[in-house]
Amino acid sequence: MASMTVIEAVRSTLDEALGKDDRVFVLGEDVEAGGVFRATEGLAAKHPGRIIDSPLAESSIIGISIGAAHYGMRPVAEIQFADFIHAGFDQLCSEASRWCYRTRGDAYLPMVVRTPWGGGVHGGQHHSQSIEAYYAHMPGIKVVAPAFPADYRSLLRAAIEDPNPVLFLEHKRTYRLIRQEVEGAPAETVIGRARVTRKGPDLTIIAYGLMLHESLAAAETLSSEGIEPTVVDLLTLNPIDRETILETAKATGKVLIVHEDTLTGGLGGEIAAIIAEHAFEYLDAPIRRVAGPDIPPMPFHHAMEDFFMPNREKIAAAARELAAY
Amino acid sequence: MTTETTSPAGTSLGAEQLGKFLYEMMLIRHFEEKCGELYTKGKIRGFLHLYTGQEACAVGSMAALEERDKVVTHYRDHGHALARGLDPNRVMAELFGKATGVSGGRGGSMHLYDVSKGFLGGYAIVAAHLPLAVGLGMASNMKSEGYVTLCVFGDGSVGEGEFHEALNLSVLWNTPTIFFCENNLYGMGVPFHASLSTEIPKLAAAYNMPAVSVDGMDVIAVHEATNKAVDHARSGKGPYFIEAMTYRYRGHSMSDPELYRLKDEVEEHRQRDAIERLKTQMMEAGQLDEARYQEFAERVDQVVDESVEFAERSPQPGIETLYDHLYKEPSDG
Ligand SMILES: Cc1ncc(C[n+]2csc(CCOP(=O)(O)OP(=O)(O)O)c2C)c(N)n1
Ligand SMILES: [Mg+2]
Repeated sequence: MASMTVIEAVRSTLDEALGKDDRVFVLGEDVEAGGVFRATEGLAAKHPGRIIDSPLAESSIIGISIGAAHYGMRPVAEIQFADFIHAGFDQLCSEASRWCYRTRGDAYLPMVVRTPWGGGVHGGQHHSQSIEAYYAHMPGIKVVAPAFPADYRSLLRAAIEDPNPVLFLEHKRTYRLIRQEVEGAPAETVIGRARVTRKGPDLTIIAYGLMLHESLAAAETLSSEGIEPTVVDLLTLNPIDRETILETAKATGKVLIVHEDTLTGGLGGEIAAIIAEHAFEYLDAPIRRVAGPDIPPMPFHHAMEDFFMPNREKIAAAARELAAY
Repeated sequence: MTTETTSPAGTSLGAEQLGKFLYEMMLIRHFEEKCGELYTKGKIRGFLHLYTGQEACAVGSMAALEERDKVVTHYRDHGHALARGLDPNRVMAELFGKATGVSGGRGGSMHLYDVSKGFLGGYAIVAAHLPLAVGLGMASNMKSEGYVTLCVFGDGSVGEGEFHEALNLSVLWNTPTIFFCENNLYGMGVPFHASLSTEIPKLAAAYNMPAVSVDGMDVIAVHEATNKAVDHARSGKGPYFIEAMTYRYRGHSMSDPELYRLKDEVEEHRQRDAIERLKTQMMEAGQLDEARYQEFAERVDQVVDESVEFAERSPQPGIETLYDHLYKEPSDG
């Protein structure tokens, strides 16, 4: 058993994938020297020629990954911050997403795009954004956003082995904040399944990434007050695990969805719609959302950033209201 | 494409102008050193990119502009803001995230702006501001307003598609845009020649844009090249490209372990230091004496100290203001 941070989980899984499969290579900005968050530290020396520095050219990083994936390679692209991925939006959404579909399965793209997302690091306007909803909207790409190191390992492994384009989101605030005892090789898992992380009868909290941790912390507090929530770690944002969402919603009849992304058009709306359509009769209260306010993320000032970010207190407060409903 | 070196002996700039250059470069140097210190103390948070070493670029180029002209820059923008005449107090306050900051604490280090000075930012998405500069030029042409736009960016920008799109369109549409590339040899830890298969001015030349490469550690050379570029753009001849060869003394940001270069390399470039160089030139030409230099140093100290005090005592921005200005009211447009 080894205690591992999120960043160590990412690094070790990349290392193992590079060691196991010659087709895997890493492409991104400054990755050879280890990258901004040190995700690829030491890998260039261990896997010569397979950790490739690219110029600042996000569109090409993704586009070139498409070409390489098509002809049998397994590129793992890194976009240094999720905020910079939009230059490659077209490559992901207009090209990668429909490769398999429009060739009716004759061609496919075993590629991964990893990128650090989210706030809480004083990154300001261009280094803090949540981008998942834009991409989760696009059928044909898978979007994964784990919370715990062991899931980072198993899901990154699954993403690299998956024959489809996977956008792998790493919450930058959790890189060194979250630790977990991790054992052996990354577990075999499938993309597309959520996990019930905590079980309770009073309400269901659905979250992912940093907000999963905040939700679990809120659950501790709530539990000490006699409110026992179920907490669901979504893990995959597209395709979303409707089954687990509906099961847990039906079981408690009250649902609180938490994300850091801004409220309007955020994933919470989709989850709420799934529940409203398929579990309406089971609901005992209106579905609630705790999300970032509808302003362009992220204000630089720390108090403003704190205001923006949902946290355990805000989650607990909404949960109390919901429990009392 | 031509490569120019300007002999300081041949400059027509007088003692007053050169003194102003020296003072401004010293101000930026000291401001940046103070920022580094304040960062270590946790007064400034987030991402901080210091400009030490590159002062001649901002000072020499901004001095070629008129008040009506516009400036857009990348995120390493404190030096440009100060050289453009933004209030050091309000710049420092922004770095502290205070309500009195140029962006009221919303922007921070990488997103400075002051519309009243034609200083339109501070952009942290590399190369995303190049097309904006072309648009500003289109507006200048369409409204016959005669202002030019100075668009500052690093060598790392040249890999982005927007760089190429912007250069091409500015030539096609003949916009009064000065593309000013501060080539400090690195984009983060990657040497620029590992990012580009050719030389930077050749890219501009390929789009039929006049391009020069100048010594970016020589404020006079930078100034004269920018003057020429501004004349060219303002007289309706279209865009102009300047590559200023420079060097940043500090890491890319405050968290850069600098594994990609040797201390000797930094030392070597410090021998080209723009401030030392101008100081020596002026002294040799009898345009500066030790007393006046000391006077500059004291004034710089004062201005920077005051900016810190101002930032310290400024109020925090009110959370209730966060929703303000999301949209302009139609009646205000
Ligand atoms: C579109 C985009 N890609 C990547 C980054 C991350 N990044 C910020 S600065 C930088 C290096 C830029 O180097 P250069 O343009 O030479 O400017 P310098 O930092 O040297 O002043 C990188 C890779 C970014 N901010 N935006
Ligand atoms: Mg550079």
